[in-house]
Amino acid sequence: MSFIAKPKIANLNLPRNELGLTRRDYDGAMSTLCAGCGHDSITAAIIEAVWSLSISPEQLVKLSGIGCSSKSTAYFVSGAHGFNSVHGRMPSIASGASAANRQLHYLGVSGDGDTLSIGFGQLAHAIRRNVNMAYICENNGVYGLTKGQFSAAADIGSKNKKGESNQQPPIDPCLTALTLGATFVARSFSGDKQQLVPLIKAAMKHPGFALIDVLSPCVTFNDHEGSTKSYAYVREHFEEVVHADYVPPRASISVEYAEGKSMPVTMHDGTQILLRKLNNDYDPANRGHALEYLRNRQAEGEYVTGLLFMDTESRDFHTVNQTTQTPLNQLPYSVLNPGQAQLDKMLNRYR
Amino acid sequence: MQTADRTDRTNDFVIKLANVNGTGSASANTMLMKTVFRMGVPVVGKNYFPSNIQGMPTWYEIRVTKDGYMARAGRVDLMVAMNAETYAKDIKEVSPGGYLLYDSSWPRPALLKRDDITIMGVPLARMCNETFQGVRARILLKNIMYAGVLAALLDMDLELMRSMLGESYAAKQSLLDSNLRALEIGYNYAKEHFPCPLPLRMQRLDKTKGHVMIDGNTTSAMGCLFAGATVGAWYPITPSTSLMDAFKSLCQKYRVDPQTNERNYAIIQAEDELSAIGMVVGAAWNGARAFTPTSGPGVSLMNEFIGLAYYTEIPAVIFDVQRVGPSTGMPTRTQQCDLMSSAYASHGDTRHVLLFPANPEECFYLAAQSFDLAERLQTPVLVLLDLDIGMNDWMCSDLKWDAAYQPDRGKVMSKDDLLKIEKFWRYYDHDGDAIPYRSLPGVHSKGAFFTRGSGHNQYGGYTEDSTEYQIVLDRLKRKFDTAKKLVPPAILHGTGNHAVGLLSIGSCDGAVREAIDQLQRKGIQVDYLRVRAFPFGEEVENFLRQHQQIFVIEQNRDAQLKSMLILETAVEKAKLHSILHYSGLPMTAHVVVDGVCAALGNDARLVASR
Repeated sequence: MSFIAKPKIANLNLPRNELGLTRRDYDGAMSTLCAGCGHDSITAAIIEAVWSLSISPEQLVKLSGIGCSSKSTAYFVSGAHGFNSVHGRMPSIASGASAANRQLHYLGVSGDGDTLSIGFGQLAHAIRRNVNMAYICENNGVYGLTKGQFSAAADIGSKNKKGESNQQPPIDPCLTALTLGATFVARSFSGDKQQLVPLIKAAMKHPGFALIDVLSPCVTFNDHEGSTKSYAYVREHFEEVVHADYVPPRASISVEYAEGKSMPVTMHDGTQILLRKLNNDYDPANRGHALEYLRNRQAEGEYVTGLLFMDTESRDFHTVNQTTQTPLNQLPYSVLNPGQAQLDKMLNRYR
Repeated sequence: MQTADRTDRTNDFVIKLANVNGTGSASANTMLMKTVFRMGVPVVGKNYFPSNIQGMPTWYEIRVTKDGYMARAGRVDLMVAMNAETYAKDIKEVSPGGYLLYDSSWPRPALLKRDDITIMGVPLARMCNETFQGVRARILLKNIMYAGVLAALLDMDLELMRSMLGESYAAKQSLLDSNLRALEIGYNYAKEHFPCPLPLRMQRLDKTKGHVMIDGNTTSAMGCLFAGATVGAWYPITPSTSLMDAFKSLCQKYRVDPQTNERNYAIIQAEDELSAIGMVVGAAWNGARAFTPTSGPGVSLMNEFIGLAYYTEIPAVIFDVQRVGPSTGMPTRTQQCDLMSSAYASHGDTRHVLLFPANPEECFYLAAQSFDLAERLQTPVLVLLDLDIGMNDWMCSDLKWDAAYQPDRGKVMSKDDLLKIEKFWRYYDHDGDAIPYRSLPGVHSKGAFFTRGSGHNQYGGYTEDSTEYQIVLDRLKRKFDTAKKLVPPAILHGTGNHAVGLLSIGSCDGAVREAIDQLQRKGIQVDYLRVRAFPFGEEVENFLRQHQQIFVIEQNRDAQLKSMLILETAVEKAKLHSILHYSGLPMTAHVVVDGVCAALGNDARLVASR
C-alpha cells in the first residue's frame, strides 16, 4: 500500500549532495507495483537524478495520469508535491501548474496507455507549447492495471500472454515527438541505469518539453516469449547511439571527458550536457536524420536509445509568452489590481 | 402581440432591424442604440444573429424605454426591413399600428401588404449607387443611410450621430465624409417624404447618467482582472469567446510591465475544453487564480476534471455562457439549460457552487467573488451567464471597485505555518467548518502531499477503507452547507407578505420585474425572490415556506431550477408552478404575466390579497 512510509535509517556515512541531503531524503512511499517491475527501476533512477542535481525536494513537482506508471510518482521524493490526475490528462495539469509558477521543476511520469491512447492529444499539445518539463513515458506495451490488453505501443506481431498477436501498427512516442517538433527526445531502458540517470538529469535541465520514452517491461503481463517489450527482447535489440551526461556547473569537462567523441552542449543556466557519440553516423542535432534513422531501425525490430534529438535553441512556453520572471502565483495583489481610476477609464468606452 | 397605442409612444417603442449578416449593419445599429442612450433615454439592445459569418439573416432590436425596463419587449413598432429574404416573416411581426421601412429601390407591393400598418419605402440602394463609388462602400453606407432616415422619423439627435461617426472615423477623413453624406441623404429624404417625426419619437431625458452600455462577457473579464486572476485557459466556443478576448485585451493594457515588456499573466488557448479545465486546475493547485470561459458543450467535456477538482478540493472558476442545447443546439441563441449539468457535474456524488448573475453589472461583481468563493471553499465555482447577458449590451450602473478589497485566498499554509505544526493533514477538518487547509508546491517539504482523485483519507493518504473514505465524503457534504452561508444571498423584491411568490434566476430578472408592474396594474400583488447562487441559502427556504403558490420562472424546457428546489429544499412540490421559456430568444414580461394569470385564473385577486 502506498501509504506505508519506508522507515528512515540514520546513516552518517551516506553521501550527501550540495544541499547536504542523502538519497534517502529523496525516498517516497513503498512501491505497490509487482516485484521486478521495470517502473521501480525508473523510480530509483529518478531519485538518483534528482538527488545528484541537488534539487531540493519541495522544488520538485511530480505529475502523473492514471495507470501503473502514474502510481509510481508516490514512490519517490515524498517531500515534493505530487498530483496523480486523471487518465491521459497530466499534460494539461502540468501546463497550468507550470504557467502558475515557472521556477519549480516539473517531472511528469506516464505510461504508454496514458500517453499514446487516451492522452495522445494532450501529449501533442504540451510538446507544441514546449512546456518546461521532463516527461517520462514508462513504456511496457501493455495495460497493466486492467490486466494485459495491448497498448498503442505494442508492435505488430507481438504476442500477449494468451498468445494473441497484435496486428495494429505501434505508435512510437519518439517518432511522434520528433514529428511534432519536440525539442528534446530520448529513449532508454529501465534495465540500464547507467544510461537512464544522466538522461533524466539532462531532461530536467532542458528548457522546454523533454520526452524520455523508457522501455520498461511488465513482468506480469508482457515479459513472455513473443513479446517485443520483454527484458530479453529489449536487451537483444538495443542500440545506444548517443550517451548524454549532465555536467554540473563547477565540474571541468576536459578533465573528466578527455577521450572519445565528446560534444559539450551548454544549457540556458550555464550547465552543460556532454554528448558522447557511440555511433559515428548519428547526428542528434538533426531532426530529419534522427527520424530517418529511427524509422529504419524500427523496421529491423531494433530500439534506438540514448539522446535522440536535442534543440539547443529551445524556447519554452514562458519564453514565448514573455511571462514575468516572478512566478505568477507570487505576484502581489497591488501589482494585479488596476484600481478604480483605471476602471473609470475602461468604462468610458461604453458610454 | 400587443396592439400599438398610437396616441403617445414618446420614448417607449421598439425598432427591429432586419439585416443580412456580414454587411456591416452592426455598426449602424450600435450607433442608433448609443444615440438613444446618449440622449439620456434608457435602452435595451438585443442582437439575434445566425451561427454564420456572411449571408444569413440577422436582426437587431432596439427598445427605447423611458421606464428603464431591462427585457425584450416582445413587440415591434418599427421594422427596418433590409433583407428581402425575410420580408414575409418581418412584416408579420410588426405590431398593429406600427411601421415598416424598406428599400424601395426594388418595390415589392405584393409582398409588403398589410392594412393595419404603415409601409414606408426609401430607395436606399438607388441613392447609394448614385452618390458613392465601390460595391463594398455602397453596401456599408446603405446602413448609415437608414440610420439617417430613422433620425428624422424618430426625432433622434442628428448632431449626436454626426459626432459618433466622427469618433469612429477620426483617422479616416474620406470615410467620415462619405458616412456623414449618407446620414444626411437619409435624413433629408425622410424629412421630404414622410410626416416627421412619427408618433414614435425620442425626447431627451436624463436617465442614463452614471451608466454604461456593456455586455456581460466584457464585465466578467473585468471581474477576473480585478480579482487578480493570472492564468486563463480556454477553447473557443460561442457565446463565451468574447470573454477571453476581453480579458486578453485588458491584460495587454494593464498587466504588461512597461519597462521590461514582461507579462504578469498567461493566457493559454488549449486544444479542447478538457485541456482548458486541466490547466485551470493545475494552475489553481499551484496557487494562481485561474479560470476558463466556456458554454454547455464545454462543460460536458469538462466533467471529469470538475469531479477531480471537487474531490481533491482545488479551486477553479468556470464561466458557462449558456446557449441553446441539447448537443450543438443553436449556438447563437440564449437559454438557461445547464443548471442541472453544472450543479451535479461529473460522476459520483458531486455538487458544485453556482452563481447566477442577472446582468452585466452583476457579472463584474460575481466574477470577482467567484475567485474568493473558489479559494475559500477549495472547490470549483461555475458562474452561469447566458448568451443574452454575455453578448448583448445592457444598460448598467457604473462599476465600482472597493479600494479596500483584498483577495480571500482561503486556508493556505505559509512556510511559517508549516514549520509550527507537527504534521500536515490535507483533508482534516481542523476548524469545524468542513474546510481543510491547503499547501502549495514549492513552499516547504513539510507541506508536501500527494493529490489524488483516488480514495483518500482525511490525512491525505490513499485509502480503500470504507470508514476513512466516508469521513472525507461526508465532510465534503458539510462543506457544501458552509457554502450556503458564503454565497451571495437571494434578493427579495416586495413585502414578503403576499401569498403568491415568483422565483427566478439570471437574465429572467428584467422580464420578471417588468411583469410585476403589469400584474400590479391588473391588481395582482406578488413577491419576487431572485436566487443568485446554488446551494440555496436559508432565505430561499424561508421564501418557499412563506408563500402559498410559487411560480418558478426559468429558460429551459425541463424546469431545471424547479427540480433543484425540490431536490435541495424542504418545499412541497405541489406549491411550485413552472413558467418556462425556451425559444432561444430572451424572455419577455408577457411570458410571466400570461403564465401567472393562466394559473391563477379568476381567483387571482383573491389569492393575491391573502
